[in-house]
Amino acid sequence: MASVAGWFTTAANWRGSSGIPELLWRQTELSVAVVLGALFIGGGIGLVLGHKGRGGLVAVNAANAARAVPSLALLTLFAILPAISLKWGGFLAAFLALVILAIPPILTNTYVGMREVDADVRDAAKAMGLTGGQMLLHVELPLAIPFIMAGVRTASIEVVATSTLAAYVSYSDLGTPIISGLNTNDTVEAFCGAILVAVLAAIVALGLGVVQRALTPAPLRRRAPTGPGNSRRFGAIAAP
Amino acid sequence: MGTAQPFFEWSYVSGQWSQISADLLQHIALSLLALAIGLLVSIPLALLAWHYRIVRVPVFGFASTLYIIPSLALFAILGPITGYVASYPTAEIALVGYTLLILIYNTVAGLNAVPADVKEAAGAMGYSPSSSLVRVELPLALPYVFAGLRVAAATVIGLVTVTALIGLGGLGQQITYGFNIGFYTPIIVGLVLSVLLAAVCDLLIVAVQRFAVPWSRSGRKARAI
Repeated sequence: MASVAGWFTTAANWRGSSGIPELLWRQTELSVAVVLGALFIGGGIGLVLGHKGRGGLVAVNAANAARAVPSLALLTLFAILPAISLKWGGFLAAFLALVILAIPPILTNTYVGMREVDADVRDAAKAMGLTGGQMLLHVELPLAIPFIMAGVRTASIEVVATSTLAAYVSYSDLGTPIISGLNTNDTVEAFCGAILVAVLAAIVALGLGVVQRALTPAPLRRRAPTGPGNSRRFGAIAAP
Repeated sequence: MGTAQPFFEWSYVSGQWSQISADLLQHIALSLLALAIGLLVSIPLALLAWHYRIVRVPVFGFASTLYIIPSLALFAILGPITGYVASYPTAEIALVGYTLLILIYNTVAGLNAVPADVKEAAGAMGYSPSSSLVRVELPLALPYVFAGLRVAAATVIGLVTVTALIGLGGLGQQITYGFNIGFYTPIIVGLVLSVLLAAVCDLLIVAVQRFAVPWSRSGRKARAI
């Protein structure tokens, strides 16, 4: 315990390009970019398919199959592909691998959220003369936001967790002290890095939980989705 | 390694098959053990959490905490506790930790979905609340438990590769080996076999479910009407 306190109070661990603030910033930068990219792609596909009500099962099953791809394999593969490996100091390889990881939960939840919109609400919107695009933007999207945010939260927790693995291949972040501690048998360094990462993950999970609740209209709060990856619905969809 | 490395070399697979199959077996062993322990731990916890409201918050809090801590961090935190980072206990505790929230959450959701009149009928037939829970409600919750088991299996099979960073890894060893020498083929072998393993495991769980819960499919249809 004393050595753990010693590691955290050593000034060298807080300064420079491998100091804790810099590593934290790099991990945040990567994670935010990945979640935004996945929201753009996965959320976009989920919205369009959910609006049309077609092709969704194929997309959701493809997304579930992509879940089984080990992230470590994608990270290492991109990190040694010459076309990608050295771009932007290892950022691109980590970014691409993590976006592929983050798309499935966002796509699945967006699609489910769009399909959960009451058919009566759609009919009413159509009867009021809304065009397809207006219905998507002003009726379906707001009602689907609790589900989309559940997907964003799940994806963000996974991305923060997996971005620590990027430290193994190409991109230094808070995973770096863990990897270097494990490699040099320095259990104190690995333990301290792990505590930092765990705290960051907990902040992200709790913070996005609060955001998800705030963005959910009050009458919908009781039936808002919860739980890991909205797994009950995931299970129900995966086993039609 | 030349610049024009082919993306996949079959000769590696045939030449290294004994190592690849050993890694595959370790992957299966690590995954099955984690899923079995996960079920054994989470079903009683789910029943407790469902039966005694007071236990619910600590059980879900504990499982959520384990679920949220990144796997690599969990290995490093467990290392000093189990005494040695690169060990089966370290890997298994972490892997089981990830199954708990998924399995408990689904089991409780399944118990929650049992119709009230079924519970009343069980009570009227003389079941005590706890025997009704185990002998009537838990069997009816099984479709949810199986749905959770499928998610947990996919998660665990993917996560086992990460244990390569603490010296185990199953197919993850192919991945780290390929990365260390800049060779695509072992990484692709690890990726493809891991995905195939997850798919086979999923099919097996579905098959077991059809055998163990034969009413679940017709039941779902009946409810949809």
